Amino acid sequence: MTNRSLRDAKGRPLVAVTGLGIVTSLGQGQADNWAALTAGRSGIHAIKRFPTEGLRTRIAGTVDFLDTDPLVAPALSQRFAEEAAGEAIAQAGIGRPGDFPGALFIAVPPVEIEWPQRQALAEASGQNGPITYTDLQRAAASRRFDSWHDLFIFGTVADHIAERFGTKGSPISLSTACSSGATAIQLGVEAIRRGEVSAALCIGTDGSVNPESLIRFSLLSALSTQNDPPEGASKPFSKNRDGFVMGEGAGALVLEDADAARARGATILGYVLGCGEKGDGFHRTRSSPDGAPGIAAIRAALDDAGTAPDSIDTVNAHGTSTPENDKMEAMSCAAVFGDRIRTLPVSSNKSMIGHTLTAAGAVEAVISLLTLAHGRIPPTINYAVPDPAIPLDIVAQARDVPVRRVLSNSFGFGGQNTCLVLADEPA
Amino acid sequence: MSTLRDVVVTGIGLVSCAGEGVAAHLAALGAGAPARTDTESFAPYTVHPVAPLALDGQIPKKSDQRQMEPWQRLGVYAAGLALDSAGVKADADLKGRMHLVVACGGGERDTGVDGAILTGLREAADPGAYLNEHLLNDLRPTLFLAQLSNLLAGNIGIVHGVTGASRTFMGEEASGTDALRIAQARIASGQVDCMLVGGSYSAERPDVMVIHEMGGYLRARDFRPVFERGEPGEAGFILGSAAAFLVLEASEHATARGARALARLGPVASDLTRRRPGSTEASLSALWATTGLEAPDAVISAATGVQPVTVEEGAALARLAPGAAVTALGDVTGHTLETAAPLGAALAAALVSERGLGEVAITVVGHRRGEGVIRVMAA
Repeated sequence: MTNRSLRDAKGRPLVAVTGLGIVTSLGQGQADNWAALTAGRSGIHAIKRFPTEGLRTRIAGTVDFLDTDPLVAPALSQRFAEEAAGEAIAQAGIGRPGDFPGALFIAVPPVEIEWPQRQALAEASGQNGPITYTDLQRAAASRRFDSWHDLFIFGTVADHIAERFGTKGSPISLSTACSSGATAIQLGVEAIRRGEVSAALCIGTDGSVNPESLIRFSLLSALSTQNDPPEGASKPFSKNRDGFVMGEGAGALVLEDADAARARGATILGYVLGCGEKGDGFHRTRSSPDGAPGIAAIRAALDDAGTAPDSIDTVNAHGTSTPENDKMEAMSCAAVFGDRIRTLPVSSNKSMIGHTLTAAGAVEAVISLLTLAHGRIPPTINYAVPDPAIPLDIVAQARDVPVRRVLSNSFGFGGQNTCLVLADEPA
Repeated sequence: MSTLRDVVVTGIGLVSCAGEGVAAHLAALGAGAPARTDTESFAPYTVHPVAPLALDGQIPKKSDQRQMEPWQRLGVYAAGLALDSAGVKADADLKGRMHLVVACGGGERDTGVDGAILTGLREAADPGAYLNEHLLNDLRPTLFLAQLSNLLAGNIGIVHGVTGASRTFMGEEASGTDALRIAQARIASGQVDCMLVGGSYSAERPDVMVIHEMGGYLRARDFRPVFERGEPGEAGFILGSAAAFLVLEASEHATARGARALARLGPVASDLTRRRPGSTEASLSALWATTGLEAPDAVISAATGVQPVTVEEGAALARLAPGAAVTALGDVTGHTLETAAPLGAALAAALVSERGLGEVAITVVGHRRGEGVIRVMAA
């Protein structure tokens, strides 16, 4: 070991990962999730949380072993984030309990009052005729529902996580739709590179499988309607893919300036070598037909990492199982990796855990780091009918190969494209 | 660490009840009360509605206007004003490299649909099935895209071609402060050259009044100046519709493209402290020192009127900036949540560029949490 500072290819502080935490429908914690993911087990099941009568989609990867009272998206999202962050901080062994020596960047789903609470307000209003928002306002003024203010404003989840773990400064709550988890990591990386902080807690969390959220995606024809069997519905890159399956969970990473991590004797699990992003102004839900923004985001991540496409050993795909995403992602990867794309292992965790939406980028970054640690690529299950238009090496069975660098892709509504390069060793 | 670069403001876009643009807002600063006040549409709540806008001027396609709800239209409109002000509207290359940070909450509900469903649920034999059926049949499929927080940024990309990459910060007042903080830091450190930063808030929607009535933060009375809401029964905020965007860039980047620097934005200081008596005053004092503020010519305060934090803020400002004129944004535009910090920074930049002030401080104390201090100086 030398005393030389750990800097990246561009002379910036190198960003190490020293702690990981994960909650998905497959279980809580790295061990349970890794065992299930590499065994090809699905966490998708019939929704039991609310009645699904009349819905075209009646399945999801809900996390049913954790709950809250009331059972609403911000409370569930907070619960998942607490579990994942607790695991990550314990593994990192950083700071003291309740005193995390760094900043918080947390991707949280947009918040609003939910139907059970609207109904309670309507009932409390005493209105017997047609209900309007004037009635709900009157009920709100009764002071009986004051605790719901904090429950349904946007900054509360981050505040509670900041208080519980003792992160420093003003926490950032963010959304970049389905790439939010990756953006939380990118914000942490940037803050460490600027020298503002030597550690960052980066979280993506989502507990928003409720009737209206599901119906909203259903109305956009984004969801798989192949309800039976539930575990067969999410089939990224398959010819018969027909939409994504909503999932829940959280991923948390402790990022540190590698110098600081080494100085305190921490075990370094891997590195975030590069982050890339590119906006797409083509359409609200669809990608530019030429795939240029997705291609630019992948190239930006590789460039930021100071590495070439040839150094990537596997792609942890966004792979939602929608016809549009998987086609565009395959096209973007082919443009960046050239002929090598036919032999570069590509896999989508969403085949097993569904699309964890706001959490996905962080959950899949955690799985990418586990892939590096174990030298095993989790499978894309349900890959029974390959799509001839997608000439990728889809990992249909867990595959043991040396993995030193992973590209993790995240793409979202609103023209959001964010990619990460994760590695076992510095460039 | 490499040397930090100066960050300058080269474009300002403003819309509120005061009208649109810099001149209308500077004229409104000294009036003592917002230019438009509506006590009837949402009685018992007062709102400060946005001035009528000719949307076609910034959102030429009717199809784009239709795809958005008011909070998005306000934001896209103000973003366009900022791009015009910076002289970059026609520069597709620069807009393709320009990054975007938006501070906002979520979009409007379809209040008619919500009311009808709540009415029907009361008598429904199977409430779960009823809710499913009516959400499926009665919600407009594209309404979701007018509600998602990050779709304001998405629409700015679509309408104006700002496509470097966008990030959306949520979390009420603090998200606006932190949008400016992180944008400034990214530019100063060389991580990016040019950014569009701002927020948008539509107050003219009854659903947000339910949220803020819960907890008793909303003032259900006529307008009264924000710093005169200290007496029992007077506390709380009146919501206002507004959007504010700033084009920020590295000083050398602005110089290289021949742009006029309107003002300089110093490093933004923000914190989240546990609220107890005196904590707001202490936090503001600490943040004030961090920004390097000494004797600003003016202070723009985003004070909400919620107590005791507004009284504490007033006391802190009397000590930190004795003699400086303090303008409460609530007395100009009403309270605009996520938009308050960008609105304050934009007005401060306008005071520097148009009125010749040397230094302006902006303070942002959230109604529930978060404190911020922003320093804007002559370029």
